[in-house]
Amino acid sequence: MIDIKDLHVRFGAVHAVRGISLQVPRGGSFGIVGESGSGKSTVLRALSGLNPDWTGSMAINGQSLGRVRGKDFFRRVQMVFQDPYGSLHPRQTVDRALSEPLIVHGMDDHETRILRALAEVALPPATRFRFPHQLSGGQRQRVAIARALMAEPDVLLLDEPTSALDVSVQAEVLNLLADLQDRRGLTYILVSHNLAVVAHLCPRLGVMQGGLMVEQISASDLRAGRTAHPHTTALRRLSVELEEA
Amino acid sequence: MHVDIQNLCIAFPGATGISHAVRNVSLSIGNEKLGIVGESGSGKSLTARSILRLLPRSARLSADRLAFDGIDVLKASESAMRGIRGKRAGLILQDPKYSLNPVMTAGAQIAEAWRMHRKGGAREARDGAMDLLDQVRINDPARVFAAYPHELSGGMGQRVMIAMMLAPDPELLIADEPTSALDATVQAEILRLLDDLVSRRGMALILISHDLPLVSHFCDRVAVMYAGRIVEQLGAGELARARHPYTTGLLECLPALSHPRPRLAVMKRDPEWLK
Amino acid sequence: MSATSPTGAGADPSLRDPSLRDPSWRDWLLSDTPASRSQAAWGARYRLWCDFRANTLAMGGLIVIVLMVSAALIAPLVVPYDPAMQDLTNRLARPSALHWFGTDELGRDLFSRILMGGRVTLGMVVAVVVLVAPLGLAVGCIAGYYGGVADRVLMRVTDVFLAFPRLILALAFVAAIKPGITSAIFAIVLTAWPPYARLARAETLSLRNTDFIAAVRLTGASSARIVLRHIVPLCLGSLVVRVTLDMSSIILTAASLGFLGMGAQPPSPEWGAMIATARRFILDQWWVPTIPGIAIFLVSLAFNLLGDGLRDVLDPKQR
Repeated sequence: MIDIKDLHVRFGAVHAVRGISLQVPRGGSFGIVGESGSGKSTVLRALSGLNPDWTGSMAINGQSLGRVRGKDFFRRVQMVFQDPYGSLHPRQTVDRALSEPLIVHGMDDHETRILRALAEVALPPATRFRFPHQLSGGQRQRVAIARALMAEPDVLLLDEPTSALDVSVQAEVLNLLADLQDRRGLTYILVSHNLAVVAHLCPRLGVMQGGLMVEQISASDLRAGRTAHPHTTALRRLSVELEEA
Repeated sequence: MHVDIQNLCIAFPGATGISHAVRNVSLSIGNEKLGIVGESGSGKSLTARSILRLLPRSARLSADRLAFDGIDVLKASESAMRGIRGKRAGLILQDPKYSLNPVMTAGAQIAEAWRMHRKGGAREARDGAMDLLDQVRINDPARVFAAYPHELSGGMGQRVMIAMMLAPDPELLIADEPTSALDATVQAEILRLLDDLVSRRGMALILISHDLPLVSHFCDRVAVMYAGRIVEQLGAGELARARHPYTTGLLECLPALSHPRPRLAVMKRDPEWLK
Repeated sequence: MSATSPTGAGADPSLRDPSLRDPSWRDWLLSDTPASRSQAAWGARYRLWCDFRANTLAMGGLIVIVLMVSAALIAPLVVPYDPAMQDLTNRLARPSALHWFGTDELGRDLFSRILMGGRVTLGMVVAVVVLVAPLGLAVGCIAGYYGGVADRVLMRVTDVFLAFPRLILALAFVAAIKPGITSAIFAIVLTAWPPYARLARAETLSLRNTDFIAAVRLTGASSARIVLRHIVPLCLGSLVVRVTLDMSSIILTAASLGFLGMGAQPPSPEWGAMIATARRFILDQWWVPTIPGIAIFLVSLAFNLLGDGLRDVLDPKQR
């Protein structure tokens, strides 16, 4: 479904991503783990079309992607951002945020689609005409997920979707993402600094360090400690150490 | 040094009446590492900051007793509070980016902190600052001394912040989410450093965090807060023995590497907890 | 906070006790769970209004402006005399029951001239604002959102206009065409738009890289749609504040042009021009130049107070 080969991203003199290749099958989930500045989010932004300064090749569903993406691309690929406080327009109601993709893509039957989307992310219909500041962090992230699903995409790019949330809310959002994937057969790429979150949702993941993907590993190998790269080993050790406390 | 909090309440008068952010919290802190854990809005920061009387202007603070080493914080004069704040008790905040002065070098800021609390000339202050940088295990103190905050990484910035707080030889260090903005590897280093400093200097430490496993791994004692109350206190490494449904709920909803769960438990908040 | 604002609602007994409360339009507006788009929008506006209403000075400004504007609007119906009617036997008369503000050097009734002059002066201000705000907004948003060449060209043009002293540029422009109200309006527009462009550009730059704009880009919306529907509404708040605070200086520029004979031409009653023609009587018949001066002062002050109040409500960053 997603095929990235030798992706490089440069910001001026900074070589942020240095040759990444990865494949994700249809309906699968791929996780990218790394520390800040490792280039993990940059990969996602290049794939989503938000950052045009990349070289290499990227393809979705066999169609190779250019620098500038058309409307049909944005119908198939959507993104959820880290900060639910920053990813919703402060002066627009939930209703407006959800109708925007429908208007842009000329889709019909806004009323039913919006109500269905709210139900799908388990938001009460009463939240429909609220402004972001009237919602909790978890509710906002649900709105952001609902908005990403409005145009019925096949691929969802998740950029640290739970790291700004409390752990109890994180569990709800992760469960929701798992349910949505089951129901709609979505393909995910999940970026996070939290190894446990990535391993929970993604059967396969890549570890990034300094713009390179130093290792690709299955979640079960990671859990069993069959790591190859020292950075992966270090991250795993830190994560497990805390769990065993 | 002993902090004694009894029946602490913090309330904010608001649009829809008074909202109680902290209710009837009692804590006693000696020379130990105490963790306060809770979700956002649980009142954990407010509780710790009330010891320094560093609360938002609109906060209404009341307590049966709120004492720092015998000094009644509720009644102390502003100048007496200044004698505690930054002198006998330091505060480390989440993001060093926002708590360091962007137009002063790290060294100048530490030296200033040093001079403010111990009389001495510019040369002594400089030596003192270099020594502090050395104590927070910065390998190249001369470079960091001359660097501006934006030239430092998050971990380095947090070390500089800690060095500044150490300057007056405090008896208590309050660390409010000191590592949440840092990477896991750096987080471990900073916590190890704090641990080392606390035991070497015989300081008390209050570590505020939303990360229950991290805090219980690191602290001698953990207080779990929910909706302004302490629902449970646990000793080090006693997480497995947690009894309150909120504490166990917090642990169960975490995804874990060592024991995979097909589906995460979702916390069912019981209104009983608020009683 | 006054007790009538929603933030002070706890103090109002009729709101605290649900049995005393009838389901009124206020509850409809302040509902936490609006049931339609328009209810949500009106609710948000009502909350702004409540915040604004709590500011006594700003309310005072608003009331003065509303009074002045309505007086100007109905002026032709209520003026006691024809503002151009001369009565040379009754020149420079003191204020009296017949002539409330006295008469000028040609025996024209000052009260009538002030009212009719309000139409000219306030009309000029409205015309300037209607032209300036969209122009500045368009230039600033385009420069800020597209960046690159568009930004550099538009901002250098803005800089060039900013480099001239405002009144001198306006004077040169009017002198080059022909003195009159229309050219005065265009002259003021020409000198007033650059700060708006700068402001809109700064706002747009800070909004351009936010996640919520990124999210809109990812819906596949066109740049024009993003700017018009998502960025412009957020810039409007600070722009409205800026315009209101600028009103007084627009009025003063209009009056200065009139004073220098480059704006409204006699016998048209414009406040600045009225001061100009009457300035030689300032020592003996002080009320003749002073009364239009007070009118200018009142309107300018009212706009400034209103602007301060609007800033508190619309531009939370400035608080």
